Amino acid sequence: MASTPAPRTLYQKIFDAHVVEQRDDGTALLYIDRHLVHEVTSPQAFDGLAAAGRKVRRPDLTLAVPDHNIPTTARADAQGNRLAVADPQSAAQLDALRRNAPLFGIELIDDLAAEQGIVHVVGPEQGFTLPGTTVVCGDSHTASHGALGALGFGIGTSEVEHVLATQTLLLKRSKSLEVRVDGELGPGVTPKDVALAIVAKLTAAGGAGYVAEYTGSVFRDMSIEGRLTVCNMSIEAGARAGLVAPDDKTFAYLQGKPRSPKGADWDRAVAYWRTLASDPRAVYDKVVTIDAATIAPLVTWGTSPDDVVAITGIVPDPAALDDPARRAAAEKSLAYMGLTAGQRMQDVTVDRIFIGSCTNSRIEDLRAAAAVARGRHVAAGVKQALVVPGSGLVKRQAEAEGLDRIFLDAGFEWREPGCSMCLAMNPDKVPAGERCASTSNRNFVGRQGPGSRTHLLSPAMAAAAAVTGRLTDVREFA
Amino acid sequence: MRAIDIIAGKAYPLGRPNIDTDVIIPAHHLKTITREGLGQFAFETLRAEPGNVFDDPAYAGAPILIAGDNYGCGSSREHAAWAMADMGLQAVIAPSFSDIHAGNAFKNGILTVVLPQDQVDRLLAVAKDQPITIDLENQTVTTPYQDRFRFEIDPFRKDCLLRGLDEIGITMAMDDAIATHEAKMHAETPWIEGAARAA
Ligand code: SF4
Repeated sequence: MASTPAPRTLYQKIFDAHVVEQRDDGTALLYIDRHLVHEVTSPQAFDGLAAAGRKVRRPDLTLAVPDHNIPTTARADAQGNRLAVADPQSAAQLDALRRNAPLFGIELIDDLAAEQGIVHVVGPEQGFTLPGTTVVCGDSHTASHGALGALGFGIGTSEVEHVLATQTLLLKRSKSLEVRVDGELGPGVTPKDVALAIVAKLTAAGGAGYVAEYTGSVFRDMSIEGRLTVCNMSIEAGARAGLVAPDDKTFAYLQGKPRSPKGADWDRAVAYWRTLASDPRAVYDKVVTIDAATIAPLVTWGTSPDDVVAITGIVPDPAALDDPARRAAAEKSLAYMGLTAGQRMQDVTVDRIFIGSCTNSRIEDLRAAAAVARGRHVAAGVKQALVVPGSGLVKRQAEAEGLDRIFLDAGFEWREPGCSMCLAMNPDKVPAGERCASTSNRNFVGRQGPGSRTHLLSPAMAAAAAVTGRLTDVREFA
Repeated sequence: MRAIDIIAGKAYPLGRPNIDTDVIIPAHHLKTITREGLGQFAFETLRAEPGNVFDDPAYAGAPILIAGDNYGCGSSREHAAWAMADMGLQAVIAPSFSDIHAGNAFKNGILTVVLPQDQVDRLLAVAKDQPITIDLENQTVTTPYQDRFRFEIDPFRKDCLLRGLDEIGITMAMDDAIATHEAKMHAETPWIEGAARAA
């Protein structure tokens, strides 16, 4: 009897196509097609290469962009000269990247280039990220790139050095997880809410050991930018990578991007990309389903990204938790967040607004926020409302559409691209005890600055919070 | 990387469980651009405690650390291993390690030795005034009092440490296999190379 090949998932197909050598202990040496490098996790890797007299194996498959440390205020004076970065350690990391990239033959999109931005925004936008490729970066949100059907995952500094030197990585196969969301999303429910609903359903550790694939009508209908938001937060559910099968939307998004294939290469690539989707009878190790109709506009209340509640809901009561460890954790969270059980989420007032980060800083995110901000004004109690485009190209596009005027007229600040207030490594920080409505992806203790309090939500909800000065159901603005 | 065979000398008898990577190297030292120089900040919070083992002249320059359960838990920061290497540690003995930290330690040439709690307790007592010897080849930890504890280690890691090979060097030796994959990529999926740089 002729044996037919076993049906495979998208993840298995990409993994199989990149195995350089399979080892007996279950690990494989995997070829890496795309390596994004930023200033924080690369200096020691370059240092290690130099010390060992090693070169970068494939500088042509490597792209460097500064994003984490870079200030989001003006970067050049009127004559176009670069302004100094005040924090000496940030400046040293940025200088190191500026020195190392040319030294090792790597292309650098530096601070003053129009294409500069957050690595995970730049990769897709440049067509550097392609379906069926393996993409790594010394940053855990590399999962974002799965939105284009690429296997993207974060790596540590030693692994950055390993990829630079060998263009490969030693890896164990992950288990496969299908996250299926079918049905119609309700009014005011955005990809960010879908992402938060998934993290809540899986819990922050539920995806550990898995690579997630997002399936179902909601993702089929979702834009590439929306898929980027969902895949971005795979790591918040513990999954190292998240994928959406490439389809006509993916190809339309990529066609004509600066680095996407051209001419005959393009046709050949698309034909190959069409073979990547999971086979109909492929078996996942775990399946989770969510009914789209059950997802409300969401917001986090605690210090873990799975501490999620509907905006119309209340702060949960730790006493209701049976597990003493979880109860203690919830109590600690509430104390840190300055919230009391039973309090209505919509009564929570905010000090700062952050619209940005690799989760929600693309043009569709800015349009959604601007639609709420248009003709309104940031509330008196709000100390700062930041809008930080994910890249210079997003910024330029937004300005062409007049979104910057809408934000500025409404009292928001309009900044240069970068990670900004997502992580307190640059001057944009939330002071201790202050509360921020943020479109980023992590609400950990101290994430936006020591003592900062973070509520994760969608761009539209962040804009609504800016206007009212409290967490607000965006559907009131419909 | 330096080859490891016998590590013999004093050992810091720390013994505490759940030493996380924040304790090994606090977050405010992470914005460095080299691996060197972090040793002076290692265990900063513990060093603030009077009578701590790290500042006790009896153990100055010890190549071994003896710790409690779950050593290296918490953040995956590799700076922890850099700081340990920079302060001169070549081995850590504990009842268990965080997986990620053990991997980081290995990548930086630090041997992690897992022994049962009772044997670790015995070593903690001995280390107060006597040296400890770790023999990687024979996978034993011995003391001047005839204690002899055998430990397990992944054969691949053992081989790398004994020969002073780092993971990158080993992968680079597989150049043929990597070049074969690249030739296949060039022939079958040429757009992967062709497209990476903007036209
Ligand atoms: S925006 Fe935030 S999560 Fe994204 S890469 Fe930057 S720091 Fe990381």
